Amino acid sequence: MRIDATGLDHRTLNEQIKTAIAAGETEFDLANVCGTRYIGCGIDQEVDIRIEGIPGNDLAAFMSGPRIHCSGSVQDSVANTMNGGLVVVPGHAGDVLGYSMRGGRVYVRENAGYRIGIHMKSYLNQEPTIIIGGRAKDFAGEYMAGGKLIILGLDTPSGEPLAGRYCGSGMHGGAMYVRGEVPEAHIGKGVSVEEITAEDQEMLRATLKPYCEALGLGVEEIMGAPFQKLRATSTRPHGQLYAY
Amino acid sequence: MPLSLIPAEFNVQRDADLCIECGVCTRQCAHGCQNIDPEDGSVSSDEKLCVGCQRCVTLCPTGALQVVQRAEQGRYHAVWNTGARRAIARQAESGGMLLTGMGADKPFPLYWDRLFLNASQVTNPSIDPLREPMELRTFLGAKPDKIEFDQQGKPLTKLSPQLELEIPVIFSAMSYGSISLSAAMSLARAAAESGTYFNTGEGGLHRSLAQYGSNAIVQVASGRFGVTPAYLENSAAVEIKIGQGAKPGIGGHLPGEKVSADVSATRMIPQGADAISPAPHHDIYSIEDLKQLIYALKEATGYSKPISVKIAAVHNVVPIASGAVRAGADIVAMDGVRGGSGATPTMIRDNVGIPIELALGAVDAQLRKDGIRHRASLVVAGGFRNSADVMKAIALGADAVYIGTAALIGLGCHMCQKCYTGKCTWGIATQDPYLTKRLNPEIGVRRLKNLLRAWGLEMKEMLGGMGMNSIDSLRGNREMLRGIDMTEQELEILGVLPAGR
Repeated sequence: MRIDATGLDHRTLNEQIKTAIAAGETEFDLANVCGTRYIGCGIDQEVDIRIEGIPGNDLAAFMSGPRIHCSGSVQDSVANTMNGGLVVVPGHAGDVLGYSMRGGRVYVRENAGYRIGIHMKSYLNQEPTIIIGGRAKDFAGEYMAGGKLIILGLDTPSGEPLAGRYCGSGMHGGAMYVRGEVPEAHIGKGVSVEEITAEDQEMLRATLKPYCEALGLGVEEIMGAPFQKLRATSTRPHGQLYAY
Repeated sequence: MPLSLIPAEFNVQRDADLCIECGVCTRQCAHGCQNIDPEDGSVSSDEKLCVGCQRCVTLCPTGALQVVQRAEQGRYHAVWNTGARRAIARQAESGGMLLTGMGADKPFPLYWDRLFLNASQVTNPSIDPLREPMELRTFLGAKPDKIEFDQQGKPLTKLSPQLELEIPVIFSAMSYGSISLSAAMSLARAAAESGTYFNTGEGGLHRSLAQYGSNAIVQVASGRFGVTPAYLENSAAVEIKIGQGAKPGIGGHLPGEKVSADVSATRMIPQGADAISPAPHHDIYSIEDLKQLIYALKEATGYSKPISVKIAAVHNVVPIASGAVRAGADIVAMDGVRGGSGATPTMIRDNVGIPIELALGAVDAQLRKDGIRHRASLVVAGGFRNSADVMKAIALGADAVYIGTAALIGLGCHMCQKCYTGKCTWGIATQDPYLTKRLNPEIGVRRLKNLLRAWGLEMKEMLGGMGMNSIDSLRGNREMLRGIDMTEQELEILGVLPAGR
């Protein structure tokens, strides 16, 4: 189904999508999207949504199932509390990407903004994955409780940090993988930097394969550079705070 | 281990003539205070471990036990009293923040007790609620600016989604995890059977409570625990939790030892993992961001449910509440400084925030002044003890009241304030199966329904006494209130005249 989003507000656009899904439609091509918020919000069916243009904030919020392919960059709060599905972004992503995300995958080709992957968490077989092709700003992976946040640093000018300050502060689960190095001063409290194991290497190759396929990149070329692994030093950061 | 200098809080008095050394007290105590000697079967108490929960006293078959708060110990000092010294000793020994449970226990002024309701005499007749219909039914949600009708008299205006309450009292947010499943089940079923609602808190909706979804207000807090499209869908309303009266401005933390298999499945986090709710929602740094989340939830639920925003009553509560209304909240819930909690730092509970009475009076007045009062309902929380408190809140402009502590006391809570230990001997604030069995949900439901029925009867009597037959006539009707023992400024903030005027 093709929908021309010109002049449509988010409520009308989403109503059209939801009504069509209820009628059995599984493929959507949204044309001329220009800042429309909440696309895919709360949809729990496995449908395909292709977006031509720039979707607005809260793309894929509370979503559990759809595969969303964008044509360029996206704005803030993408994949907010996302429970499952896929978001592919060939351009840049804004702030607060994947906040409290519990499942599914977010693939960003270029850079991401501030506060990405905050409080990502995993549960049973749900393990959220965010892959950033370029670099991320401050507070990446803050309060991270589960899942994988991968930062590749592709096309990053030398000297530019791959992640901003307070990277992983308050982290108590999950792992970040950085292709290159995060400056020591940028590593948050309670985060340890480790070398990756052969097992990690295998996991990364398998995880990056669909990312590279979706965005036309070469896995081996990416795997050719060394990765760092950032993990929480404690799963109980609050254990010693209180007098009982 | 060095000698602890923390003074004991309670005297455990055992009448040797009455005690039959049956050992009930030793089995009922979860804090290790009551012990039985395995050799000679004699029972004894380690007073330092007593929390004053009154479980042993209540269950002792011969009435041999009494647990009383100790008098001041040592030389009297009005400032450095035993409580202040005990807190310091505890911190000097542990190096940690003091934790507590329930609402603030300091003697803050209770404005409810300084407000009096009106009644009809001579010039207008009072109504007997036993003979005449009397309505407590309340609708929560945004009301239209105006209602338009077609020529046949049918309304053209489409109403926003509303919650329909048979009594303007809702069970406040208490998460499964902080309270037991038996307690959560009691609240859910009592709400459903009494025509009101319960609030899941931020810990998700346990699968056995899913059948009560149409009476559930489901919370979305900063940790987003258990929040899925299905969770949002199976609800009566969705509440964004920004703050809580017992801990404004700080996050929450359910320690891993309370994250059992069942709690883990409900919160959708690994078993035994800490459940940390960051202090802010990291996607909300402004009113515009709040609006974005409100509308994300409206989109996710197809505009079919009211969206509530719960905030703690703090100094600038008026512009915050006004901002929440302008951001599209259908309900604004405010929790005052006396609001309860399962676990909160004592200093925050007892020192941060403002009384709900003043917050309510100020917010309701400002929203009216701005002409936006109808765009959201106001629900207030924080230490509502009885039906008269509820009536006074409604006269001050509230649409409904959240009760947490009162409901727990109805279930058997004895206010020992040790919820955070997870060893609640009454089976309420614990996940230990040995303890949770003590709360039978069948009995819990009956007790909570009784409580709501009793409050409803009293509210109808008070309404009838004022010559009103509907709670709507009381809402924001400050003419029905008079104050004593308040400064002019307090009276002005509440919008109430002094008694005698």
